[in-house]
Parts: sequence; C-alpha cells; structure tokens
Amino acid sequence: MQLLKIEQVEKYYGSRSSLTKALNSISFTVDTGEFVAIMGASGSGKTTLLNCISTIDRVTAGHIYLEDTDITTLRGKSLGRFRREKLGFIFQDFNLLDTLTAYENISLALSIQKTPVRNIHEAVENVARQLGISDVLDKYPYQMSGGQKQRVASARAIVTGPKIILADEPTGALDSRSAKLLLERFNYLNMQENATIMMVTHDSFTASYAERVLFIKDGRLFNEIRKGTDSRKQFFDRIIDVVTLLGGDVSDAL
Amino acid sequence: MLFKISVSNIRRSLRDYAIYFFTLMIGVSIFYVFNAVGTQTALLMVMEGDTRSITELLSTIISNVSVFVAAVLGLLIVYASRYLMKRRSREFALYLLLGMGKAKISLILLLETLIIGIGSLAAGLAAGIGLSQLMSAFVISLFDADMRNYRFTLSVEAVWKTMGYFGVVYFVVMLFNSFIIGKCKLIDLMQSGKRSEKLRLKNVALCVILFFLAAGALGYAYHEVTYAPAGLTAKRMMCMIALGAVATLVIFWSFSGLLLRIATALKGVYFRGLNCFTFRQISSRINTMVLSMTVICLMLFVTICTLSGSFSIRNSLNDNIRTYCPADAMFIYAPDSLGKETMPDELPAPMQTLEDTLEAHFSESEKGYSYGDDDLTMGDFFDLDREVSAWIRSNLTMLDLDVPEVLVTLSDYNALMTLYGIEPLEMGENECVMLCNFEQMTVLRDKVLAKIDSIPVFGHDLKLKYHSCQDGFIEIAIQPLNSGLLVIPDSVAAGQQPRFVYLAGNYAVTDTEARHAEDAALMEAYRSACIELSGAGISYHTQFNTRQDMADAAIGLGALVALVGLYIGMTFLIACGAVLALKQLSEAADSVRYYEMLRKIGAEEKDITRSLYRQAGIFFLLPLLLAAVHSVFGMKFAGVFLTMFGTSGMTASIVTTCAVLLVIYGGYFLITCFGCKSVIRNAG
Repeated sequence: MQLLKIEQVEKYYGSRSSLTKALNSISFTVDTGEFVAIMGASGSGKTTLLNCISTIDRVTAGHIYLEDTDITTLRGKSLGRFRREKLGFIFQDFNLLDTLTAYENISLALSIQKTPVRNIHEAVENVARQLGISDVLDKYPYQMSGGQKQRVASARAIVTGPKIILADEPTGALDSRSAKLLLERFNYLNMQENATIMMVTHDSFTASYAERVLFIKDGRLFNEIRKGTDSRKQFFDRIIDVVTLLGGDVSDAL
Repeated sequence: MLFKISVSNIRRSLRDYAIYFFTLMIGVSIFYVFNAVGTQTALLMVMEGDTRSITELLSTIISNVSVFVAAVLGLLIVYASRYLMKRRSREFALYLLLGMGKAKISLILLLETLIIGIGSLAAGLAAGIGLSQLMSAFVISLFDADMRNYRFTLSVEAVWKTMGYFGVVYFVVMLFNSFIIGKCKLIDLMQSGKRSEKLRLKNVALCVILFFLAAGALGYAYHEVTYAPAGLTAKRMMCMIALGAVATLVIFWSFSGLLLRIATALKGVYFRGLNCFTFRQISSRINTMVLSMTVICLMLFVTICTLSGSFSIRNSLNDNIRTYCPADAMFIYAPDSLGKETMPDELPAPMQTLEDTLEAHFSESEKGYSYGDDDLTMGDFFDLDREVSAWIRSNLTMLDLDVPEVLVTLSDYNALMTLYGIEPLEMGENECVMLCNFEQMTVLRDKVLAKIDSIPVFGHDLKLKYHSCQDGFIEIAIQPLNSGLLVIPDSVAAGQQPRFVYLAGNYAVTDTEARHAEDAALMEAYRSACIELSGAGISYHTQFNTRQDMADAAIGLGALVALVGLYIGMTFLIACGAVLALKQLSEAADSVRYYEMLRKIGAEEKDITRSLYRQAGIFFLLPLLLAAVHSVFGMKFAGVFLTMFGTSGMTASIVTTCAVLLVIYGGYFLITCFGCKSVIRNAG
C-alpha cells in the first residue's frame, strides 16, 4: 500500500542571482512497511529532502502526500500535530535531553501527545524491550554509550507508533559495532513490527541494511536499486557499484 | 583590525549584550538621578533654615550611599561580564587556535568593554537626565514644595561623579577580564561548549532533614526577633540575621534536591505534557544557582524592608507632627540637661527677659515646672523589679541610670493638656501615673509596673493608678519620644525646688507666612538670650522649638529617608533582576537545541512557551517568596523600631513597596520571558 508520495518536489535556495536547486523536481513513492535508504554525496540534496518530508523545511514547488494528506499545505498547529502523530525522528547526534533519564526521554514523546499517564509506563517498557535498552532506562544520557543513546533516541521515535520513521544519518556518530547493532534493530522493527523506515545515509554499509536504496545526485533521482532476494553482502556490492558509477565523494565514505 | 573585530563581535552577540547594556544603562541612570537630587532640591526650593541643612545632609548621605551602590553595581557588572565571557569561550578558543596572542584577545575584550561602556554611559546619562526631571516632580511632592518652582535641571557635578564612578567600575571589569583571559587554558575553552551535564543527585533523607532543620532555625530566628524585641541586643540580632542567612542557603540547597523527588512522585502531573522536561530543567539549574538565589533572596528581603520602612517613616513623620506637636512653640530651661540640679529661686535675667518676650508674642500660653527626686533615679525605678534591673544593667549599658525620673504635678500637667487640646488626667490623692510613649522604654517600664503597687516619691508612697504606662508627653516633638514621666499629686511636690521650667504657647497669627515671621523673631530673641547667658558664665540647658521648624525638619527628614531607601532599594532590585535575567537568557541560549528537538518531535509552540515561562517564573518567584516571608517577620521587628516614628503609614508604604517591586522586578521578569522566547525562536 502506498504510504508516502513525493510529487515533483523542488527546493531552491538563495536569490535570483545565485540560485541553488537543492531538489530538482524529484518524484517517488514509499509503501507501507518498506525500509528505504537514500544515498548521495554531500550537497546532493538528501538531507533537504528529508527535511521537506519531515515538514522542518518547506518545498518551493510540488507536493508531498502522506496517506491522503498533502503535508506541504499544513500550517501552525496542524503541523505540530502531524509531526507528533505521524512521524518519528532519529538524528545523527541523538538529540536526547541531557537533563532527563532515558525513560523520561522516551516518555516525553508520549506525554507531548497527551497520552494518559497510566498507559505511558507499559508503552515505554515495551519499546525498551524491543530495542534492548531495558537496563539503561534509569540512566542519564551522559552515562550511556553512543549506541545506547541512539537506541534510546530510536525508542523515542517509535514509541508513539508513527506512520513513518525518518532517520538522518543514524549511524553517523557510532562505531561500527554499535552501528551494526542499531541497524539490526531497525531490521527487526521493519520485519516484526512492520515499521516504515526512511533513512538518509552516505555510508554504503548502513544502506545495505535497507531493502531499497534511492540515489540522489544534484537534486535529482539518479538511480534506484532493490535488495530483492540478494543477501546483504551481495546487495552491499551492488550499492558499491552504483556509488562508483556516481563517482565523486561518496566513495570516500568507504 | 582589532577594533573591527570588537565592533562586529558586539553586533553579532547583540542579544547577549542587550541585557548587559540595558542593566548598565539603568545602573548609570539611577546613579545620576539620585546624585542629582541634592542639586535639584537646592534649586527647586527657596531654602531656609532646617530645610537647607536637610538638603546638605541629603547630599552627604547620598554620596556615601553612592559608594556602596557603586560597589553593588560594580559587582553586578563584573558578574555579568564574566557570564558573557563564559558564553564566548569557543570564540576565544578559535582565536587562540588561529595563533592570536592572549594579549591581543585581552585587547579585543578591552575595546569591547570600552565601546559598551561609553555607549551605556552616554545612554544611561541621557536617560538619567530625562528621568531626573520626573524625579524633580517626585521630590517636590516629597518636600511638600511648590510646583511652580519646577524647571529643567542638569547637575554637572552628578554627571562628572557618575562618569568617574563608572569609569572606575569599567576599569576594574577590564582588569578582571584580562586576568581571566590570561589564566584560562585552551583545552578548557574548547571543551566548555560540550558540557557533559553531570547531575549530582542529593541524598533525599539528608535533604529532608536539612530542610526541616533550616525551617526550624528560621522559625526560631523569626520568633526571637518578633516576640522578644526589647530583649534583643545588637549582638544577638546579628546572630539571628546570620542564622537566617545560613538557613536560607540550606533551604534552597535542600529544596533543589527535594523538588525533583516531589515532582517525580506526582506521576500524574510529572508525565503530563512538557512537565517532566520543565521540572528537570529547573532542578538541574537550581543546583547551580543555590548561592545566587540565596544572595538574591536576602537582597530582596533587605529591599522590601528598606522600601517599606523608609516610606512608612516618611508617612508617619508627617502624621506625627499633628499628634505630637500640638503647640506652636515651646521653651525649656534647666540648669543642666539631665535634671540633676535644682533651679535657682529666680531665672537668670536674660532668660526672664526671653520669657517675657515669648509671652508677649503668644496669644495663649502655659508655664509649668517639673521636679526630680535624687532618691528616685531611673535606676532606682528599675531596681523595684530585680529581674528587669539585672537585665538592663547587663544588656543596655548605654542607658544612663543615674538620671532622676521627671516628675510633674497633676495641675501643671492638666493645664498644659488644656492648651494642647488633650483630655486631662484624673487621679486621686496619693496616686501617680506613669506616662511614656517611647515604645522600647514602655515595654521595660510596663514589666516593672505590672509587679509593683506603689512608687516612693519625696518620702511618700504613691499608689499606681494604672499598672502600665499611659500615653502622654509634655515636650512637643516630631515623634513619640517621651521615655518616662511621672505625674504626681500637687501636695507631694509642695516645698520642692523644680528642676525644669517650660513655657508652651500658640501664636495669634495662623497663616504660614506670618508664623515664619514669628518663628524668626522669637528664634532671634532666643539666640541673643543664650549668647548673653553664656557670656555671663552661667552653665545652663535650654531648648526652643517651634512647630514650623519641626514640621520642616520632619518633612525634610521623611523625604531624606524615603529617597535613600528608594535609592538602595532600586539598586538592589535592579541587581537581582539583572542577575536572574542574565542567567535565564544564557541558559535558554544553551538549551536552544532542546527546544529545537521538542519542536521536531511535535511539541506545540504554545506548550514550549509555557514551559519556558514556568521555568523563568519559578526562578523569579522562589527567592521572592522566601524574601516575602522573611520580610513579614523582619518588618514586624522593624515595626518595633519604627513605632518610634509611628506606624500609621504602614499599609500605604507596603502598597508603594509592592508597586516599586512589581515595576522593576516584574519588568525584568517580562524582559526575561520575551528574551528567552526570542532566543529559542530565532534559532529555529
């Protein structure tokens, strides 16, 4: 079932004299339960795309539909409601609140939604179990490792049961072991909980955990490959091939 | 080049500098306004006699207080600049990394301070000169002067003074900044942004115990100052103030530990909306603010007491004149001021002449005598009760106990009261009545009077009509200052030589102008009589007071007290408000990413703003609340001292205090709220 539809989206920066087309009439769709990675060199427009989908940034032209709502027309209050009810965010630098414990960081997403207090505890415990962070719930961010922090942030993103989880370079600040652990959790969420995940990355290894990879170059869709029945290793090799084809600095990331 | 960097730095961190600049400006303008008051009043009014000396006194006091005020403002400025420096550590680190020497960084800072300093001084002086015109109107009403004398004034002296004092303050700030820069290490500067906030959780049991201990200590101190005022020595009083200060610190410390525990226990509230975030923010900050909150709380306490105290002194001084000065003029003569010697049979010639002159000027007058019994000194009176006597001898050592008690016959007293328009006293033969309206003395005397039945006077045992002091006086005054006066039957004083003679009277004329003329004429006669007497080599004690003189003095004194109180109070309020505002704003700037994140996970702007206001509100409210509680008891205590001036204007003065507090402290609160809001919004 089609969940997200990007339709001729354009995003321009700068003035008339020096115009930068960050997104140049890009279109694609994402189905429910998909795990999509978006790859591209720095400056290719991938983060801009994510920002537009997450309503943090506005499109210059075109439409973005989530289910049946055109989110480019949302304003003010309905924007807040859309973000907290439909979206889950995961950031490169975790963005946890230092003054709150892991438990409170996760529960905050629920209390912002005005979830009744009696339902909060169970929901937090559940999601913590899924992400394997039950034993760090009472710790503060500074007491946790990077991997734990990112899993707490992921727990916060999914605890509200969002339609789509948007992850911006989620493994960017993690060592390879923590990154692997996190991505396996993403896979688990995607397979077992049927979560729809859209992840921006420039790292081929990270992208290889997705089942579909979109490549962006200069604000346009450059290529798209699906994992299909390949193993992760085979998929990784195919991604590398495209990256080589793309040229430029994406290969540097390896 | 350096100058360019400085200017662009200021422009870039304009928001940070805004509140700093604003505070400096207010500081400068207040400093100018109050220092200009002396010149202003002198210009505004046609001065004469007492009022002029009051104005001189005002200038002197204001200059002395100004040193203190400059010190407070200086500390505030140093504090604020240190805060700004901290926020710019990363920038300095960058300069150092790029190879700039520390001396050059100091120079950049120096230039910045200089630019800000000159700017704020100029703006502050301009605002001050404008405000001082408003102040003129206020001063005119304080001194009950004529509004027609109003004109634009500019005190050059005050301008120089302000520039001088603030020049010194800025110089100290520059030195301080250079010192800090010279001392800091590059690694610390670089890491200052990435603070790994370690939450030091406090032991709950310890917090609870300390909280109640501190509350108990406060209660004890309150009780001591409120219910044992006459029994409170200066030393003990200082102890109680110190105890209160320490208890305040402990209360804030333990409360910061408890707040979160209490909040987390209330799950229904804690996990609703942004409450959990709000509480965590507050409790993480309160930890680092315990000391400054304590200082702020104590400063607010002093401010509230100073403001309401000084206003109430002013109000009651004006009222008191009506009550305690019921005659136009009064003349007193005695061989010595303490009443230890008896009068000669005849008044010295110059005094007799003066008396005749006075009586000629009065339309109605009354002459009377007071007596003394060497066997009934103040010490003898208190010795009637051993307990009180022992206490006084050990605690009130400055009290001269060898002074004979003042004795007045019933008929002399009642005659004088008729002139004053006061109910006469009635008492039987062999009875006596103690009159006293000086509060502290009344308390002590009442303790004795409650235990005895009679007082020995001139060999008679006079029964007490009342077992407590009665309100009354014979000397006209601007305050209830009668510390003790025994009214005795005429028969008891028969054959005794008086020790004081007094003459009170009213003028025939009623309008102010003519009264002044009478005052001047009589004062002249009094002075020449005194000179003549001194020339004759006779030692004596005389007093000549007129109602008009006293009223002028009272109004002047009241205005003086109100102005000085306002000066100190406003400075303190500004300091408190500025420190709180700076802290809140810089905290908001540090937490921008939190708010950004809250927005991303869908928190509504309205909720975020509310959370922000609540945080600011708590930090402004907590010290104020505790200070208010302190003040309730502090003022009760102060009230005991103030009864000397009367407490008639207490309610009005509390209202005025609240208004001043609301405008300045509330103003800072609003600025903080809007400032914080713009800080977190602009970043998004």
